[in-house]
Amino acid sequence: MPRHHLGDDLLVSYAAGNLAEGWSLAVATHLALCPACRARLAVAEAAGGEMLEAAGMAPVGSGAWAAIRDRLTTPVPTPRTSATQSAILPRPLRDYVGGDIDAIRWRALGKGAAQLRLKTGDRETQVRLLKIPAGKPVPEHSHGGRELTVVLTGAFHDGETVFARGDIEDADASVQHIPTATPDADCICLAVTDSPLKFRSWIVRALQPVLGI
Amino acid sequence: MAPRASRFKKLLGPMDGNSTTPAEPNMSDLLLKVGQTRDIEQFEVLFKHFAPRVKAYMAKTGSPGVAEELMQETMVAVWNKAGMYDSSRGAASTWIFSIARNLRIDAYRREKHPEFDENDPALLPASERAADDRIVGEQSAMLIREAMATLPADQAEVLRLAYYEDNSQSEIASALSLPLGTVKSRMRLAFLKLRAALGETGELT
Repeated sequence: MPRHHLGDDLLVSYAAGNLAEGWSLAVATHLALCPACRARLAVAEAAGGEMLEAAGMAPVGSGAWAAIRDRLTTPVPTPRTSATQSAILPRPLRDYVGGDIDAIRWRALGKGAAQLRLKTGDRETQVRLLKIPAGKPVPEHSHGGRELTVVLTGAFHDGETVFARGDIEDADASVQHIPTATPDADCICLAVTDSPLKFRSWIVRALQPVLGI
Repeated sequence: MAPRASRFKKLLGPMDGNSTTPAEPNMSDLLLKVGQTRDIEQFEVLFKHFAPRVKAYMAKTGSPGVAEELMQETMVAVWNKAGMYDSSRGAASTWIFSIARNLRIDAYRREKHPEFDENDPALLPASERAADDRIVGEQSAMLIREAMATLPADQAEVLRLAYYEDNSQSEIASALSLPLGTVKSRMRLAFLKLRAALGETGELT
């Protein structure tokens, strides 16, 4: 069970449907790995249901029911069980990658670190999977806005705080942090940012345009 | 067919001889039945109840013509997916809201609303006790309704702008000329009250 959860305002914005797709992907990935936050989501979505119920009615066209009735066919039953027996990447992340963890086509960042960028429909976020080698830090960085990080395998520590599978870290622009993989294993995480990371180390900064990080 | 039709009439008819207000059928039970029986007459009752509501929701961010179209799309999706409705995850209104929300995001923003999959082998399941504690169907809707009616006006306003009018937190902040932190804290306070109404008070670490 994760120990670092979604903040209330993030959860409510996700339920209301106001978050850009990239942020929503991080939220949904945490939700898949956190039953406690799924229970909280049920409350946030119930607020949406009540809003739908009570906030207003608009007259529908007089032929609306007749038009709909013609479109009601017997739906083809969709299989409810997934073909996959086990997986490390939860859905919906697995759908964005196009497979599980072994399907990730890593792009080396140097010193054993690697990334894979994921495409979403929004323009305000950058979404990537990051692999941090065991015991190593990601390049020291600050960012222009928010960064959501969800751990998928291994763990990292940021200062005194340890983040393991399912945990989400929500860091804003003021945080100057050095996430470092724990020494036992490589750490793979999903990182969503709302502006290109501004890596502080000059060498990384110099390579940023070349590496595309 | 006859017994079902008469039961149905009874469901919709006056509660007793003295009442003139028709009893509102339990929409969550109705949706479950539609999922099991594929009964078009029962679905029509759901349609009559939800179509004007879904259209009003869609009209908040688009033209009436587009809203009508998205309402139809939503209601067809409700019919097609009714067999997947699970009352332990909330009331019919909540489930239909989530379908309408996703179609609205897709239509107006051309984005997806990524969601977990309850049947995914990678999903970490809830403990059985937590699952048993869930408040199901219309009961949860009733408790939420009562709690929302007692929210302070400023918190209710922030929720309406977020859920109904599809404003991000920063859009709400500028619409109301408030600091972003105030918007977040109003959301948080409102959400805490709703959780408390459903008996959820556990703090997350």
